[in-house]
Amino acid sequence: MTVLSFLLIWLGLGVFAAASVARAVRYARAPVHLRWELYPVPHEAPERAAHGGSRYEEPEWWAKPPSKNLLGELAYMLPEMLLLAGLRQHNRRLWYRSYPFHLGLYLVAAAGALLGTGAMLDVAGVPLGDRAAHVLTAACDLLGAAGVVLGTGGALALLHARLTDAKLAAYSAPADYFNLALFAGVLPLAGLGFLLEPAPSLLVAARVVRFDTAAPLHPVLASGLALASLTAAYIPLTHMSHFVGKWFTYHNVRWDDGPDGERLRARMAEYLTYRPTWSAPHILADGTRSWRDVAGSNPTRGGER
Amino acid sequence: MSRPTRVSDLSRRDREEVTRIDKAPLAPLPPPLDDPAALPAFSSLSDQARERYDGALDGTIALNLPVPSGPDEERTLVARFLAGLDKLFERENNWMFLEPLVLTMEHCAKCQTCSEACHVFEAAGGEDIYRPTFRAEILRRLYFKHVRTGGLLAAWHHGDITVNWPLVARLAELSYRCNLCRRCAQACPLGADNGLVTHELRKLFSQEMGIAPKELHDNGSMLQLRAGSSTGMTPAVVRDNVEFIDEDIGEKTGLEVKTPWDVEGADVLLVHNAGEIMAWPENPGAFAVILNAAGISWTMSSELAGYDSINYGLWYDDAQFARVAIRHAEAARRLKVKKIVLGECGHAHKALMVVADRVLSGDLDIPRESCLTLFRDIVASGRLKLDPSRNDFPVTLHDPCNVVRLMGVVEPQREILRAICPQFREMAPRGVDNYCCGGGSGFAIMSGHNFRDWRLQVAGRKKVEQVLEAFADCLDPSIPKYICAPCSNCKGQFRDALEYFGLWRDHRILYGGLAELIVNAMTDVKPGFIEWEWH
Repeated sequence: MTVLSFLLIWLGLGVFAAASVARAVRYARAPVHLRWELYPVPHEAPERAAHGGSRYEEPEWWAKPPSKNLLGELAYMLPEMLLLAGLRQHNRRLWYRSYPFHLGLYLVAAAGALLGTGAMLDVAGVPLGDRAAHVLTAACDLLGAAGVVLGTGGALALLHARLTDAKLAAYSAPADYFNLALFAGVLPLAGLGFLLEPAPSLLVAARVVRFDTAAPLHPVLASGLALASLTAAYIPLTHMSHFVGKWFTYHNVRWDDGPDGERLRARMAEYLTYRPTWSAPHILADGTRSWRDVAGSNPTRGGER
Repeated sequence: MSRPTRVSDLSRRDREEVTRIDKAPLAPLPPPLDDPAALPAFSSLSDQARERYDGALDGTIALNLPVPSGPDEERTLVARFLAGLDKLFERENNWMFLEPLVLTMEHCAKCQTCSEACHVFEAAGGEDIYRPTFRAEILRRLYFKHVRTGGLLAAWHHGDITVNWPLVARLAELSYRCNLCRRCAQACPLGADNGLVTHELRKLFSQEMGIAPKELHDNGSMLQLRAGSSTGMTPAVVRDNVEFIDEDIGEKTGLEVKTPWDVEGADVLLVHNAGEIMAWPENPGAFAVILNAAGISWTMSSELAGYDSINYGLWYDDAQFARVAIRHAEAARRLKVKKIVLGECGHAHKALMVVADRVLSGDLDIPRESCLTLFRDIVASGRLKLDPSRNDFPVTLHDPCNVVRLMGVVEPQREILRAICPQFREMAPRGVDNYCCGGGSGFAIMSGHNFRDWRLQVAGRKKVEQVLEAFADCLDPSIPKYICAPCSNCKGQFRDALEYFGLWRDHRILYGGLAELIVNAMTDVKPGFIEWEWH
């Protein structure tokens, strides 16, 4: 069981990372779309971002460099990522359920990352020392416990909402219930496992890093970690990968007011050579015409300009 | 409580509406429209129309889809729809919006946050088919089932869907129950864009199946490409009409008004929504007065489409959109102007300044500017002598979605109004959080069957509420009031809504553009440029 658990932990983490990267690469390689931004755009100059303005408010805007306001973006992004500020603003009732769930996952992920880092330092021959190890273990146990409680509570609250709110139920697929039930089951199972496991959590992490299966894990912890790892592998294969998608929806669409550069011009030129196959007669796409030809044609004049 | 309408209801083979909006409890309006019994009746669709057209959805019709002759034609139509669905997700066919569309398909959490932001959903008393997620949910299920070919796993993960002609026809109609204002997208915590879903569905129907409202396609973009303007005005006619406007405005203002045509090398090519020339001639007339008084070197173009800034393709068809955008830029290039200035037309702003930005390259990449910033600079420069006391009546400002939320021109128009209208008051919410007038995405020019009722009672309801709240302290008909709507389509919607609800007749609420307010305040102009008469 311990061997299987350790295998699944590595496999789960690997699939999670690979699938997340693959998804990000897929979006990054998508063709550059036509501009479709939504205001406010927080990287606008502060005096304009405050009211949602753009550079188009400026006289002779084309003669001025575009605004770059990293602080503005950070001021928007940090509350969005850490507090789910958008949901809080627009759907407070759901935020009360969703935020504990997400915060719980953040805390569990933070505990896991800290444990993993400590364990890897140990394996790399940089031991933490007893005091630091105790502090780290205590901190991770605290974060993990809080994460499990919040995450489980949030998942159950969201599941309750999906089951009882007709407007949510009407749009919920079987997988939506399954996903929430999965979190509501896996988190407490893993948390209980750490409670029952006699070895400190940092030592467990070090064994995982070393793939040291000599000392068996408590069966509940082994089961909990195995299921948690499978869950981690499953997340980026679903819409729950919005931690990846959201970067693109914000930076590549909602805030993408970027001026044209040479690289973008070259890509646009390439896209205009594509040959559309839309079938409506007025498109005049016969399979040989490029988008440039189509855009230059006039369907009211037999395709001539 | 009745059960929510479900996606599966759209696949029903009967020809009954999925819901009947004329029977629905619409959202209450504030005084003086707070008695539902006193509001105009929602006219029913005729039996003949029900018999003749398919896509029974909600008791109104936007598309006039003929009933297929039999199962064979139904199968052909469904096959064409599915072919178009594939193309929507192909790089070669839809590079323009592929990335945002796929992101929206793959990341909606179905939390319904967007629904609360939608004025149509709210006005219709929470009718499910108007949720921004409703049509997105249909497209999402189709995407995972037919494009990603997910089979049973897709049904488990995303929900199942039955594709048949009734679903396709109802979905086509449903794509014309959204104003494309994208307030829903602004509210989405994940950045999903259900407004874009409407846009893409419309494209699928137009670009693959040739299905689009007659007002937008045959009498819109096609007429513009044929005659030069969706109004049908040819270059010769538009010049005649503008000459007449110049004479009329000259008499009215006491100034010599002359619109220059085809002046090579002018600083500014001004492009109006040609509907202004036909319906609200005082607006292009006011532009001429302002630009001449400010000493601007400007011209209009009599090239094909060069005198009409509309670009209806923005709402339903990428090919039509590109064709018109290119013609606008070509008109400017031929005249060798320094910049294009767009008149008071919201969708023309967004089409030419934002959406076409990446495809207008080389010598077609001519600077493009909003008339609102040009006006702001003229007013701020002191080149016009302005007397705000001439505008001493309540004025509120409507924010056209395309100018504000979708391109970030928020303050220039306010700076002007604060300077020249002592009784200016804002609507709530405003700016980038505004509500659509209800005429957006082409609805302002669509009134077939009883669609006008739907447009005014449902799509325009929230805006009527906002107007009444903005003027709540001065509804007395002895006080003339002015809605400044710097957008031609929005003005069309206000014209219809104010008449429909009797708000001009009973409360003297008028609408108009920003240019008219500026000229009304010019001391060089005879007093009373704004005439308090219905038009």
